[in-house]
Amino acid sequence: MTEESFEPKIVGFLCNWCSYAGADLAGTSRTKYKPNVRVIRVMCSGRVDPLFVLKAFEKGADGVLIAGCHPGDCHYMSGNYKTRRRMELMRRMLEQFGINPERLRLEWVSAAEGARFAHVVNDMTEKIRELGPSPINGGATDE
Amino acid sequence: MGVAVYICHCGVNIAKTVDVKKVVEEIEKMPEVTICRDYQYMCSDPGQELVKKDINKYQPSSVVIAACSPRMHYPTFQGTLKEAKMNPYCLEMANIREQCSWVHEDKERATEKAISLVKSAVAKAALLEPLIENEVPVTPAALVIGGGIAGIQSALDIAEAGYKVYLVEREPSIGGHMAQFDKTFPTLDCAACILTPKMVDVARHPNIELRAYSEVEDISGYIGNFKVKIRKKPRYVSEEHCVACGDCATECRLADRIPNEFDHNLSKRSAIYVPFPQAVPLKYTIDPDRCLMITRGKCGKSPKCVDACSANAIDFEQKEEVEEVEVGTIVVATGYSEFDPAQKPELHFNDLGNVLTGLQFERIFAPNGPTSGELVINGKVPKKIAFASCTGSRDKRVGNPYCSRVCCMYIAKQAHLVKEHIPDADVSVYYCDVRAFGKGYEEFYERVQKEGVHYRRGLISEVYEEDGRVHVRGEDSLMAEPFDEGVDLLVLGTGIIPNADSNEMGQLLHISNSSDGFYLEAHPKLRPVDTVTDGIFLAGCAQGPKDIPDTVAQAGAAAAHVIDVLSKGKITIEPYNAVVDTDLCGGCRICESLCPFDAHHFNEEKGVMEINDTLCKGCGVCGAACPAGAISLNHFRDTQIFAQIGAVLND
Repeated sequence: MTEESFEPKIVGFLCNWCSYAGADLAGTSRTKYKPNVRVIRVMCSGRVDPLFVLKAFEKGADGVLIAGCHPGDCHYMSGNYKTRRRMELMRRMLEQFGINPERLRLEWVSAAEGARFAHVVNDMTEKIRELGPSPINGGATDE
Repeated sequence: MGVAVYICHCGVNIAKTVDVKKVVEEIEKMPEVTICRDYQYMCSDPGQELVKKDINKYQPSSVVIAACSPRMHYPTFQGTLKEAKMNPYCLEMANIREQCSWVHEDKERATEKAISLVKSAVAKAALLEPLIENEVPVTPAALVIGGGIAGIQSALDIAEAGYKVYLVEREPSIGGHMAQFDKTFPTLDCAACILTPKMVDVARHPNIELRAYSEVEDISGYIGNFKVKIRKKPRYVSEEHCVACGDCATECRLADRIPNEFDHNLSKRSAIYVPFPQAVPLKYTIDPDRCLMITRGKCGKSPKCVDACSANAIDFEQKEEVEEVEVGTIVVATGYSEFDPAQKPELHFNDLGNVLTGLQFERIFAPNGPTSGELVINGKVPKKIAFASCTGSRDKRVGNPYCSRVCCMYIAKQAHLVKEHIPDADVSVYYCDVRAFGKGYEEFYERVQKEGVHYRRGLISEVYEEDGRVHVRGEDSLMAEPFDEGVDLLVLGTGIIPNADSNEMGQLLHISNSSDGFYLEAHPKLRPVDTVTDGIFLAGCAQGPKDIPDTVAQAGAAAAHVIDVLSKGKITIEPYNAVVDTDLCGGCRICESLCPFDAHHFNEEKGVMEINDTLCKGCGVCGAACPAGAISLNHFRDTQIFAQIGAVLND
């Protein structure tokens, strides 16, 4: 698969209150971005069970994006802090599976940050494109 | 049985970028799908009828609507399902507008993504279960935070409908900024004449509990059942005994020595004061940062206010009081602050005596202001006056890209008032655009120009002093020539900014701020008064700059929303709560410490965790952490999300 023809498949877990609303705002503002992310809505980024992330990679995702409210802004007060702590563990776990932890990304996107959501998607798509297909998805072993 | 799927064209909003027919073709192939249709506007009456008819005919176990964001129309289609006697939670939406057709240009790839999103929704829908909404009673009372015109209007409307209102104002008096104005544009109504009767109505309304000089300290709970802690600051004056004779203020050792914030520091007051003579409640307050008794513990031999007070109202032993009240809904009407022109050093606001802010100039005109309504600046009648519009608004350098919406019009009003006081005054307005958007505004702007006020297009770029006059420099962009004019007075059209504590307050209330710092409404068009937190509504400039008519209209709308909730007497709560499978729960209690709402209670007897449905808000943090997989979140179950993951990855 050449670099040009490789279109990364990214699964995005977005919290309902901030990031999903931010993605909606990108829409109402008609801010264009790459169509590589498939969004799954969850009520809070803290709902993202590490199993979801592993399952996504197992099923062939080249990248996983988790997006939640900025620190201090969580609709449920502290869910995003829990996600942030889990991220460290998930990254380490991915490494043990031979998956580059860069393929998993946590971002804070508020309901007012439509442009930022578009930027995150574009940036992540390009970074994953550089990394190539996930090793589970038939790509070369991640460094 | 199976899933009924509807793909909306949304006119051309979706159909222009997504090949709807192709989506239908692909979705029809899914084994879970019983029926798949497309329609121009699913949310319209015929669109909803289509769904209802199919529900009756095919009896699907769940429905998928692929259209706009579920944040927009999920409740609409839940209503459709309810009307067709179907459980409203057997519904999933695929967001193929906001998150697909509106953000992509390549039709082929947008269509591919839309198919993937609809497949994901179908996969989840096939596993959805009917859920029963929780009903909780509503406390028939409201909290209104902020006693400006927005809070006053909301409080009166709610109280008139027969519900109890706690109106909390942090200043010693209600009235807000409007109490500082002389006249209002464009009708030149006397601000006090239309505001003060409402203030009095608030004070004597049997349903309004006024908590002036108080602050909201803590809020917990949820729609219908908020618990609010109100901290009443000590006035050091008994409200019961004070008769507002004012003898204490006259006798105070610091009389006429403390800058009066109500007059924007253009006059002086005592350490014991009322902000203005028409204050409500009309009770004196001791300034704890200034009073010698409080700051030094000593005021001569004995405090003069105590000696002067024949009512024995002064009480230095008074302590703050914290009261806890229960309310069903909250209106946030916390208002705004004025932009500080010191942030623009080129204006020399603090160095030059003849430069005033818009609100300071308001006080000059006010009959209860520092000059008793006489247009006198530093002892002189100004003959040449300049106004600088857009001070701190539409200015990215100070971080305020937005328009403050009132400055153009209050400048026009003030320019008119100058002409009224001093008919031969030379008045110029330096502007970049004039925004006279409201009813009667453009006509007023025209009238002011006809009265001889000069409008020069070009913002003031530099201010300096020469020969005792303030000089304003800049470029007239219509004449394409520089100007440099010496004036007796420069009035800055200072804009509206969010209060310094708006983020802190937002966190307390669990409501969001938009990027400009004002509170974010739930939807900019369709839900401009709601916040994302159910039961909390916005009124006035707390939500964004607005004039008095818009503020009063929004305050009324917020009150209507409050009355809507309170009149129902009970509220249904989305049943997206966490549930414990007691067969799997090992009693490790990891979830207990993660829950921010204390919804988890360990049943010692059975050795398992139990979750309180009403306290649980459905974030799912506990489910993600449970090592036994014993906790699942209704409507966002692991199996449902796994199915979505599989579907979007074409598994």
